Amino acid sequence: MQNDAVLTMRGIDKQFPGTRALNKVDFTLRKGEIHALMGENGAGKSTLIKVLTGVHEKDGGTIWVEGIDGEAHIHSPQEAQNIGIATVYQEITLCPNLSVAENMFIGRTEGQVVHWKDYEKRTTEILKSLGIPARAKQELGSCSLAVQQMVAIARAVDMNCKVLILDEPTSSLDDKEVAMLFSLMRDLKSRGVGIIFVTHFLEQVYEVSDRITVLRNGELVGEFAIEDLPQVELVAKMMGKDLNDLADLEEVGAKHHETGEVIYEAEHLSSSEARPFNFNIHKGEVNGFTGLLGSGRSESVRAIFGADRVTGGKVTVKGRNVKISKPHDAMKAGIGYLPEDRKKDGIIADLSVRENIILAMQVMKGFFHPMSKTQMEAFTDEYIKALSIKTASQDTPVGSLSGGNQQKVILARWLLTHPEYLILDEPTRGIDVGTKLEIQKLVLKLATEENMSITFISSEIEEMLRTCSRLIVMRDRNIVGELKGEQLTQAQVMKTIAGGEQ
Amino acid sequence: MVPTKKRGKSGSLSQLIIPLTALAILLLFNLIRDPGFYAIKVVTNNDGNSVLSGNLISIIDSASALAIIAMGMTLVTAACGGQDISVGAVAAISGAFFVKVANAGGTLTIGSVILGIVVAILGTIAFMMFNGTLVAVFKIQPMIATLILFSCGRSIAYWINGSATPQLISPIIQAMGMTIPGIPIPTPIFAVALMAILLGLVFKFTNLRLYTQSVGINQGAARLNGINPTAIKLLSFVILGVCVAVAAVIGVSRLGQLNHKTLLVDIEMDAILAVAIGGNNLGGGKFRLLGSVLGAYIIQMLTTTLYAMSVPPVNVKAYKAIVIIIIVVAGSPVIKNSVSSLVNRIRTGRKLSAAKGVK
Repeated sequence: MQNDAVLTMRGIDKQFPGTRALNKVDFTLRKGEIHALMGENGAGKSTLIKVLTGVHEKDGGTIWVEGIDGEAHIHSPQEAQNIGIATVYQEITLCPNLSVAENMFIGRTEGQVVHWKDYEKRTTEILKSLGIPARAKQELGSCSLAVQQMVAIARAVDMNCKVLILDEPTSSLDDKEVAMLFSLMRDLKSRGVGIIFVTHFLEQVYEVSDRITVLRNGELVGEFAIEDLPQVELVAKMMGKDLNDLADLEEVGAKHHETGEVIYEAEHLSSSEARPFNFNIHKGEVNGFTGLLGSGRSESVRAIFGADRVTGGKVTVKGRNVKISKPHDAMKAGIGYLPEDRKKDGIIADLSVRENIILAMQVMKGFFHPMSKTQMEAFTDEYIKALSIKTASQDTPVGSLSGGNQQKVILARWLLTHPEYLILDEPTRGIDVGTKLEIQKLVLKLATEENMSITFISSEIEEMLRTCSRLIVMRDRNIVGELKGEQLTQAQVMKTIAGGEQ
Repeated sequence: MVPTKKRGKSGSLSQLIIPLTALAILLLFNLIRDPGFYAIKVVTNNDGNSVLSGNLISIIDSASALAIIAMGMTLVTAACGGQDISVGAVAAISGAFFVKVANAGGTLTIGSVILGIVVAILGTIAFMMFNGTLVAVFKIQPMIATLILFSCGRSIAYWINGSATPQLISPIIQAMGMTIPGIPIPTPIFAVALMAILLGLVFKFTNLRLYTQSVGINQGAARLNGINPTAIKLLSFVILGVCVAVAAVIGVSRLGQLNHKTLLVDIEMDAILAVAIGGNNLGGGKFRLLGSVLGAYIIQMLTTTLYAMSVPPVNVKAYKAIVIIIIVVAGSPVIKNSVSSLVNRIRTGRKLSAAKGVK
C-alpha cells in the first residue's frame, strides 16, 4: 500500500449469475490526483464503482481507505459516505424543487431544530470558495445542469470526502460548462481530494487526468501515467489489441465494394441527439459507423431512421428528396432499422414470435389491411427456417427466447419488409459466437446476392472489418474520418478513433 | 423442427381460467342453494307481451351496460396502461345529449331517437377525445386525466338539459330499455351482442389488436416499427366513447328518464374490476375482451345472488368486496406463480417416485 494512497483496492472479485464481472481487479487512488477509469461496455467500470460505493458487495478482495484502520467493509452507500467516499452520478440525484442550501444539507442536519439561516450562510461560503455561480436560496432546478452537478460535488466536498467519484459527469454539458467543471475538479485536486473520473470522452481524459486505469472484460489491463499512454494506445488497450501485433495485419474478407447508384444520402442531417453530419450509401454497399461507446454512432443511424426528433438536414433516397421525421417515413422509403437496445427498442416481449416477425410488414401494409393468419404463419415459418430461429412454436412469447434468437426475430422482422437499405446497430451484441458468424455471413449475402445496402455498427472492430467496405469513424459525436480499401486495418481504425497526436 | 400447427390458444386461454372458474363456482353455488334459481319462465308483461323471465335473464340483462363499458375500458387499459374513471360521469353527459335531441321535437319519433343516439355517440366521443388528448398527447396519468370529467361530468349533464330528471315516455324507449313487442329477450342483451360483433369485426378487419398490444407492451419499440402510439391511444378512447354512449342510452331507456346524478353511477369502478377479473393486466399490453365481458357478468351475478339470498342492500357491497378480494388475489401473479411451481413440484415428484418404483 503506497503512502500517499487514499484508496487501495486489491484483487476485487465480483460474480453475477452467468458472468464474472470483476476478476482480481486492482485499483489505487492517490491523494490529490484525478484518475480516469476507462473501458468499453461490460469492462467492469460500473461494477467496480458499485462495489466501492456499497451498492454491490464484493465476492473477494480487500479495500483500504486512508484513515480507516485495517480493511474497509462497505455494505451500503451510506457506509461508503461515512468513510469519505462520495459519488456524483450522471443524472442529478438531488431535489430540483428545493433550494441550493437545502440540497447541500438535506439528510445531514444535526439535532432536532434546523437552523436554515446558518446553513444558508455556510452554503454561501462553500459556493464562494469553490467558485460555483449559484445562490444559497436559489431553487436548484433553476440552475443549469452543470451548476447542479457542481452543487452535488460541493455537497460531497463539504462532507469531507476523500474519494470523489464522478460518473460520466460531462455527458450532458456543453464545452463551456465542461471547462467550468474541470476547473472545479482541479481545485479539489489541489485540496487533496482523490477523484475517480469515469467518462467515454477521450479528449477530456487527456485534458484533466493524471493517471488512467484501463479495464477490459472485468480484468485489469493496467494503470498508466497519462504521459506514458498515447491516445491511440489507450484505444488499443480498451479494445484489447496490442498495437504492434496489429500494425502489419491486413484484414481480408469477402467484402463487397459499392458499384451502384447512391441509395441514401443525407446532408447536414441532425437530430435531438446527433450533431449534423453528412452520409451516403450505395446500392449493395456495406458500410459502418465506428467509434467508441458514446461517440455518436448509434445517434447518427437513429437520425437516419427518424427514431429521434430530426432537427434539420436534407435527405435524398434514390435521388428523390424525402422527409424522414418518424420511423414510418423511413420504412416507406425502404429503410429498416435494427436497434441497438434489443430489449428496450426491439422486441415486444409479451407478443408471440409470429407477431414480432410480421409487425413491421403489417404496419407497412397499413392499419386496414391485416394479413391473414395463414399468410402470417407462412412468412413466420419461412424466416424461422431461413435464420434457424430456435423457438418452441410460432406462438411462444418472444421474451422467453434467448438473446441471439430474439435478435434473429427482429432481423427477420426487417428482412420480411425487403428493405433496400438496412441499418443494423450492434446486431451481434450479447449473442454467441456461432450466431455472430451467421449474422455476419447473412449481411454479406444480402449485399452481394440481393444488392441490399447495409449500415453495420459493432463494438468489435474485427467484425466491422470483415463486413464493411467503408468505415465512417466517429469521435466525441463528430465524424472524424472515413476509411476504405487499403486503410481498412485495425491499426488505422484505432488511430483514427484516437485522433490527437497520431 | 418447428411445430406450426399448434395454435396459441393455450396461452390466451389461461387468462380466462380465473373468470371461468369464478363463474362456474357462482353457478354451482346457486344451483345447490336453490335448484330453482335458473328457472326461466315465459310470462306476460304489463303490455301483454310474452317475455322471458328468471334470474339468469335478469343477470344477463342488468349487466349489459357494464359489459359494454368494460369492453371499451379493456382497450384503454391495454393501450394506455391505465383506466378511465370518468365513464360514469361521461355516461350522464351522453344520456343528456340523447334525451335533449330525442325530445327536441316535443314528441319522440324513431327518427328523433336515432338522431339522439347518433348525437350521443358523437358528443361522447368528443368528451373522450378530451381524456384521450390529456393521456396520449400530454402524457398525464390516465387516472388523473380522467379525474377532471369524473368530477364535473354530471354537472355538465345537468347544464345540457336544465331540468333535473327529464322524462322519456314512449313505446320506442320502452322497447329499447326492456323488450321489443314480439321478441321475448330484453333488448339490452342485443346491444351487448351488437357491440361485441362490431368490435369483433374491427379486430378482424384492422390491426387494432396488434397495434394496441404493441403500444401497451413496449411503446418505444412500437414507434420504431412505424406505429403511432398517440393515435392508437386516442383511438382506444374514441372506442370507449362509443361504448359509454351506447351504455348510457340503455341506462336512460331502462328507466324512461334521465337522472344525471344516478345514471350508471359507480360504473367506472365495476368496469375496471371487470377488466381485472377478466385476467387483463391493468398495466396494459395483452388483453382479451371476452375476459372483461365475463368479469362484468360475474359482478352482476354476485349482486343478484346476494339479493336472492335476502342480504340487506346496505350489506351487499361488503359481501361483494369479500368475493372480489378472493377472485383478484387468486388471479394475482404471486398466487399464479406459486400454484404453477406447486404443480411442477407435484409433477416432478411423481416422476421421481415413478422412477424409484421402476428401480
